[in-house]
Amino acid sequence: MEFIDSLTIALSKGRIFKQALPLLAHAGIEPYGDPEQSRKLILETNQPRVKLVIIRAGDVPTYVQYGAADLGVAGKDVLMEHGGAGLYEPLDLRIARCRLMVAGVPDADPGSDRLRIATKYVASTERHFAAKGQQVEIIKLYGSMELAPLVGLSDLIVDLVESGSTLKANGLVPLEHIANISARLVVNKAAWKMKHASVMALLALLCAAVEQNPTVRG
Amino acid sequence: MREERWLLPAGIEEILPPRAQVMECLRRELLDLYRSWGYEFVIPPFVDYLDSLLTGTGQDLDLKTFKFTDQLSGRMLGARADMTPQVARIDAHHLRSDVPTRLCYLGTVLHTRADGFADTRSPMQIGAELYGHSGVESDVEILRLALLTLETVGIEGLYLDLGHVGIFRGLARQAGLDGHQEMALFEALQRKAVPEIEALIDAYRLDDIQARMMLALAALNGDDALDQAATELAAADPPVRAAIDHLRQVAAETHKWLPDVPVHFDLAELRGYHYKTGVVFAAFVPGWGQEVARGGRYDDIGRVFGRSRPAVGFSTDLNCLLRLGTGIDERYQRPQRVFAPWSSDPDLQREIERLRREGRQVVTELPGQAKGARELGCEARLERADMGWVLVHEEPRMDTNKHEF
Repeated sequence: MEFIDSLTIALSKGRIFKQALPLLAHAGIEPYGDPEQSRKLILETNQPRVKLVIIRAGDVPTYVQYGAADLGVAGKDVLMEHGGAGLYEPLDLRIARCRLMVAGVPDADPGSDRLRIATKYVASTERHFAAKGQQVEIIKLYGSMELAPLVGLSDLIVDLVESGSTLKANGLVPLEHIANISARLVVNKAAWKMKHASVMALLALLCAAVEQNPTVRG
Repeated sequence: MREERWLLPAGIEEILPPRAQVMECLRRELLDLYRSWGYEFVIPPFVDYLDSLLTGTGQDLDLKTFKFTDQLSGRMLGARADMTPQVARIDAHHLRSDVPTRLCYLGTVLHTRADGFADTRSPMQIGAELYGHSGVESDVEILRLALLTLETVGIEGLYLDLGHVGIFRGLARQAGLDGHQEMALFEALQRKAVPEIEALIDAYRLDDIQARMMLALAALNGDDALDQAATELAAADPPVRAAIDHLRQVAAETHKWLPDVPVHFDLAELRGYHYKTGVVFAAFVPGWGQEVARGGRYDDIGRVFGRSRPAVGFSTDLNCLLRLGTGIDERYQRPQRVFAPWSSDPDLQREIERLRREGRQVVTELPGQAKGARELGCEARLERADMGWVLVHEEPRMDTNKHEF
């Protein structure tokens, strides 16, 4: 199949790119080049009108919201932080799956003071504890959250947990489940309307690909 | 800090020459257009009591509005974030007319946070509202005026997005959702987040038919969405089917007037759901990821000001139009600029006045100024000749847009 409109798809390097490839291939889109090996930020594909742009995971919603990309693949964690306003997220691609969790040192005394939570996911953390009726202090970090409770920077952390091995290696345990995370297809509103036929065609193909994808079960 | 006093707050813009002049020309042309359709110009205040600014619009505007305390009354004031409620108040409270009222307006609004329109926090809102008629005809008049506005600016390749809030509202009522559930579903529907919609429908235990219709809504978009809706939503209550029918009429009428504008229906697109009551629409252009104009029907907003009247309107941002329009600079080219030397000769004064009356710009030299005609961007200069003062053409400059002062 060929797309009648030009489509720009925003993807982030790493897990999302790797796991999205088979889905895109099912939709007849195969990129020329591998972002892990080249520094090119725009990848042409076998489809003359379709190109991929390789950006940071957290930037995908912004690119798509402002129409710099027509579509994108973004983790639900990123979308929950972004708020998702101005975007469509019609399809759960069921890839890059993990859980957003509260973790901490086992059997620690919670104390009576306000808990300090270290996290990259400020909005989701705030919502989670507010829903529990708990006022907490949030410390925004950009990575290596596991360190924070070990050096007394925070009582707990909120982070993505895939296998739990990073937590375990640092002597932490998962305590509460906040949300199941997987990557979503996001679509720019104007592209949805003005490139409707192409977007719908791609959506249908990806939908079928998700159903058939053997790596996404579980 | 000292060195950065020139810096503007994020999302606040100042408009410089020659763009400001072009914008002013555009402003006049659009207001003249509305005037020729019988829309009367109103100038609502920039600052208003908060109650009045937020009235009828629910929470949509609350977080967007800058607020402060009035030292005279102790009441909360706000800088308007949207002029529509103000214009509705003018219609409901001050004009109190029984015939249809047509009003237009233009002014800066202020947002606490940037949204849609190109990340500005101070859009120059321009729009028109039609009160006192409820029906397809007034919907179409506003739609036509909105699209004519964009056409006037030279925006090409327009797309019209049409929806109707009555469809979702009717389905929510039919399904017996409470306010909380309705808003949660609305929010997921705005993002077409099908997985979340499915989860919510599950959680609310909607029966099969309701669930199927609610889920179908997320997919009811495209140019054939109304035909699909007729079958997908066949089991819906009469108000829902009436809304679909209304939308069909609006589209048919609009097509008569604007056959070249493609129409995209989106029955899940509910801009301003809290206060809209009927048709909602937005215009899109290729290469711009967000809507350039929006509007719709909001029949109840006047009630809190003492009088409920049907209302439909649209608005857009003049800055955004200026950015997206084509051929604007050519259309509003400034007239020839003439340099006049410093002289007290009355003949020169008469000649200057004559040229100005003819529509040319004349700048006079000031004694002791360093540079002359060319540096002031003048295409011609007045020179004394035997016959009196004559116009002499300057050599054109490479860059006529930059003036040195």
